[in-house]
Amino acid sequence: MAATTVAPQAPSSGQVTEYRTSRRRSRMRRRIADNLTGYTFLLGAVLCFAFFSWYPMVREFIMSFQHTKRGVTTWVGWHNYTAVWHDPAFAAAWRNTAEFTLLALFGGFVVPFVIAVVLNEFRHAQGYLRVLVYLPVMLPPASGLFLFKYAYDPGSGVFNQILHALHLPTSQWVQSPTMTVPSLVIASTWLNMGGAILIYLAALQNIPGELYEASELDGAGIFRRVWHVTVPQTRLILSLMFLLQIVATMQLFIEPFILAGGDGVENHAESIVYLIYQRAFSFHDFNGAAALGVMLMVVLLVFSAIYTWLSPRQD
Amino acid sequence: MAAAQETATRTLISPARLNRSGAKRIYWVLVIVTILLFTFVFLGPLYWMVTGGLKTGQEIAQVPPTIYPQHPQLSNYVTAWNDLGLGRLLLNTIWYAFGALAFQLVFDVLAAFAFSKLRPRFGNVVLGLMLATLMIPATVLIIPQYVTVIDLPIFHWNMLNSPWVIWLPSVTNAFNIFLLKRFFDSIPEDLLQAAAIDGAGPLRTLRSIILPMSRPIIGVVSIFAVTAVWKDFLWPLLVEPGTNTKTVNVGLNAFAQGLGQNVVVAAAAIAAVPTIVFFLIFQRNIMSGLTVGGVKG
Repeated sequence: MAATTVAPQAPSSGQVTEYRTSRRRSRMRRRIADNLTGYTFLLGAVLCFAFFSWYPMVREFIMSFQHTKRGVTTWVGWHNYTAVWHDPAFAAAWRNTAEFTLLALFGGFVVPFVIAVVLNEFRHAQGYLRVLVYLPVMLPPASGLFLFKYAYDPGSGVFNQILHALHLPTSQWVQSPTMTVPSLVIASTWLNMGGAILIYLAALQNIPGELYEASELDGAGIFRRVWHVTVPQTRLILSLMFLLQIVATMQLFIEPFILAGGDGVENHAESIVYLIYQRAFSFHDFNGAAALGVMLMVVLLVFSAIYTWLSPRQD
Repeated sequence: MAAAQETATRTLISPARLNRSGAKRIYWVLVIVTILLFTFVFLGPLYWMVTGGLKTGQEIAQVPPTIYPQHPQLSNYVTAWNDLGLGRLLLNTIWYAFGALAFQLVFDVLAAFAFSKLRPRFGNVVLGLMLATLMIPATVLIIPQYVTVIDLPIFHWNMLNSPWVIWLPSVTNAFNIFLLKRFFDSIPEDLLQAAAIDGAGPLRTLRSIILPMSRPIIGVVSIFAVTAVWKDFLWPLLVEPGTNTKTVNVGLNAFAQGLGQNVVVAAAAIAAVPTIVFFLIFQRNIMSGLTVGGVKG
């Protein structure tokens, strides 16, 4: 190639600046355009979150400190909170929900784990059993709960019939103050256990077999192996499910609603969410209901915070 | 990990131990008992539901109960269909469920793609705000949400008794966005860069490259979305109060008053058919979807 004898002129500083600025401008323009594209993609979700998630969160706080009557809204400080606190149903609702949560922890947490551990050992019929346990989860809740409603009938219900046939004492189920919450727990467990069982089964299958072999060589029996290998290995999923279980059961609503008409015998079925529902839609006190909602939110956030604080994040 | 696959994966009880004849007997007894027990506990009520719907009003309340309907009456199912307006209920619920699915797929996939690949300025802040909503379950917010939908700010739209009031709030599913984003993150950048070199814009890239690869996660998200609408009770109870707009759960509860046990049970059976069929068809996807939230160990 013929060498050009003319050395390329070094650009003047003015030209360099202009060149750099124009490149910067078009780079900036492109970045703005890219950002705009990104924002456009986000628009739909952001709008939905804004209207139906973030705004309601803020609004609930605000509403809980206000009182609205015939279109006139006034600020009333802590009035709503004290009003709902002194409602006699308040203590009942929290007590029932706590009782339900504790009992449901057994049925929704311990029992599914044990079942999963046992099922994991089966070399046969696992597929069939998995489908079986998950079937109730796939039912529309109302369908399942109406079955339970009739089964719980003290006179002609199936449960008492079976108990009677086995010469066991029958129960009044949801008609009895003390058996109300356990009845709700049984129904809820049947409907929801399958999900937990399958999740635990999946976690159990991730446990490396060598750990069991090693512990067996060390002379550990079955229960020790479960305690020292199975449980630690599934620690993360166990704690996550524990938290999810608590959060889910505190939102108890449909079981008492369908099985016990919402509040049940002597208020023994009333749950916090039902209290909120009742205060808003029966007593038309939306502000008080908002205050209740804030309280429930705080309690759940505390649980989530404790969990996050206690568990080292691994992913 | 590879080593564990080579040897027979053993669990709590080793295969060797199981093969000893004593243990084998115990094993088989346990398996058979479990199969029988679980069939009774999980399938029993469903059988009860279907046969109960076939019984007469007297027979179903009979003490002791009959295992098999003496004179099967299909007419109960017809009565149930008519008296509870099950056709309308099922149609409504399916309409709400698939509409919610469509909106979620469109908005949440676009958002997850933006978070994962486009990464606009402050995208992380927005994502953080969305994930924060996972700490606050929806039930806690029903009151302000209700107040919001009866008079939507800025637009002054009363959304009650319309499908929108189910569709739009369903998009606020940060878990789905999280799952989608995580999946998109795992798609290598080179693929997108290659597409960009070929002149594909972001939408084209999404449509032609990302989506075909994302079938498994989209399947999982879809199943969660449809199931959530189908199982929801409190929200539809509040926002779909009209007779013609109720969902299956709400309608079953509302219209069951005063009807005979056999009719209500027949209705419950009919209501269960779509979800059971859905489950049986998509069984494998549903089962694998449960492990996708995948916290290991």
